[in-house]
Amino acid sequence: MSDLQTQGQPPAGNPATAAAPASTSSRTSRIPLPESTLLRHLLAVLVCAVAAVVLLEITDPFRNSQLATLSYYAIAAGGLTVLTGLNGQISLGHGALMAVGAYTTGLFLSADEPLPLPLIFLAAVVVTSLVGALVGAAASRLHGPYLAGATLALAVGLPGLALKFKETLGGDQGLRVRAPRAPDWFGEAIKAVSGNPASATKWLAYVGAIALLITYFLLANLVRSRIGRTWRAVRDNDVAAELAGIRLGSWRVLAFVVSAACAGLGGAVLAIVVRLAAPSAFTLVLSLALLTAIVLGGLGSLLGALIGSALLVFLPQLTTDLGSAAGLDGTEAAQLAPFVYGVVLVVAMIFAPAGFVGTIRLRWLARRAKRAIARESGR
Amino acid sequence: MTDVSVAFGGVTALSEVSLVVEPGQVHGLIGPNGAGKTTLFNVACGIVRADSGSITWRDRQLRRLRPDQLARLGIARTLQGVGLFAGLTVLENVMIGAHRHARAGFASALFALPRSDKDERELRTRATAALADLGAEHYADRYPGSLPYPVQKRVALARALVSSPDLLLLDEPASGLAEDEMRELGELIRTLSGRMSVLLVEHHMDLVMSVCDRVTVLDSGRLIASGTTEEVQADPAVTAAYLGEDVDVAHDAAELHSGDHSERAHRA
Repeated sequence: MSDLQTQGQPPAGNPATAAAPASTSSRTSRIPLPESTLLRHLLAVLVCAVAAVVLLEITDPFRNSQLATLSYYAIAAGGLTVLTGLNGQISLGHGALMAVGAYTTGLFLSADEPLPLPLIFLAAVVVTSLVGALVGAAASRLHGPYLAGATLALAVGLPGLALKFKETLGGDQGLRVRAPRAPDWFGEAIKAVSGNPASATKWLAYVGAIALLITYFLLANLVRSRIGRTWRAVRDNDVAAELAGIRLGSWRVLAFVVSAACAGLGGAVLAIVVRLAAPSAFTLVLSLALLTAIVLGGLGSLLGALIGSALLVFLPQLTTDLGSAAGLDGTEAAQLAPFVYGVVLVVAMIFAPAGFVGTIRLRWLARRAKRAIARESGR
Repeated sequence: MTDVSVAFGGVTALSEVSLVVEPGQVHGLIGPNGAGKTTLFNVACGIVRADSGSITWRDRQLRRLRPDQLARLGIARTLQGVGLFAGLTVLENVMIGAHRHARAGFASALFALPRSDKDERELRTRATAALADLGAEHYADRYPGSLPYPVQKRVALARALVSSPDLLLLDEPASGLAEDEMRELGELIRTLSGRMSVLLVEHHMDLVMSVCDRVTVLDSGRLIASGTTEEVQADPAVTAAYLGEDVDVAHDAAELHSGDHSERAHRA
């Protein structure tokens, strides 16, 4: 009940007013959280890291590989939700940007003495960011359907480069990626934690989880900061934003670069998990799947991007299993997945048009506004 | 602003208009609909580029600058209507207004460095103070869509004021306000003039006449009168422009007022 009133008390200089967590605007919880954004977010990362370890250790190798798949979808979707949800730019080209990251990773790993994995990932991020800056510079001048069209061209055109440069990029067959082997300390650490054998799959799942945590930590920092606020302002009203001193073009390009960097890292993780970078993996379908994930989860929400990606990864498997259990044969059960997926989409758009996280947030905001109005009239 | 002309296609919106806003003065800009008031505003804040003429502010040439560059030079503007960011809370809206005072960069935000937190605290303090100045601090955590129109207008004004501009452009700040709210607004504008120059476009003639030091009258893109409020009220060309005919100059305050009303009726 108190935060509106604290905010409303004496004007400037009141430390309590200044320190109230208003950028996180919606917090009314009574759990004392650290005031520093860094500490708060590190705490969240720690909790999520523990949860990830537990999840990866109680599940079998097959689920481990599914979780690795989830990690690269979620990394790319996290970047896309920042671009589309916070800055209002649509991109149908993120699948192609993932391809850039994947091929970069594949090429670096094919060296005789490959660089350490973190450096290779960093290279993938940098290369994809550069491509993203180019695309973003063009995109910042376009809106809505025109932007969708331009990025669509990217999605369709870029994988074609692999066919053009058969020698280095492997053409239609794609580029075999030598997944790096797990270091010795990893096996010992896993043995110490859970006693499970440390398979190659498990190692890749951990790499994916670490990359995911780092990405979401950095994205959450941006979202909570002035950067995120400025992106949202540009999205809501570009004229007013420009009058407030915001250079629209640069901020749009920045959003595109950040988002492309995530797609690049997602592509890099994909390359080592799938052990292949091939044009067929980066079609328009991938770009659309990412968009679907963030819309289902709730635009602009990182948690939503994660939930949407999880749906993308687990729903087909789940329906196929249910289908088999219900007595369908293999083919029929597999055909069930796209059908159920479609139904989920339609149902979500009817009952939760703002996505799962978005709809819950809207409900909550509506309730809070009602309470505030009731309080005002009671005053 | 000297000899500014703007044409859209073949239509001349402004033709060789000159206007000087003195430091610390409130300058009114009036004229019938289609007179070019909004175009002149758009030129002054960089949304529209003048075809010819020159715009100078503190010895700087402004004609070729973008709105964001002008804003960083200390020229703030409110929009006709409200123009708030619907997805941002009231406080966040005002914090955006303080954009030009933000110091922390991308890297400190990316890694959530203390520098970024400190910057945010300062912006928040500034924004809260600006809201408190206008008596809107109770609404800090609300979203603009859930607030009554007059409150939204106050928030929009706070967003312009929080940047401590040197020149404030107010585009119809009184539209949609009740009588007493308009009086408060008038008093507020008078107090502002000590801190900054104000250029005001407004249809409510009594407000313009009570707060402005000087007034410029436009009609069909041309400047037809400029001077103190008394001089302008006594100018027959002004009454003619408003009522379309020459009338007894002695009545003009009342006539102007009714002219203003009929004009609003036209707009509605």
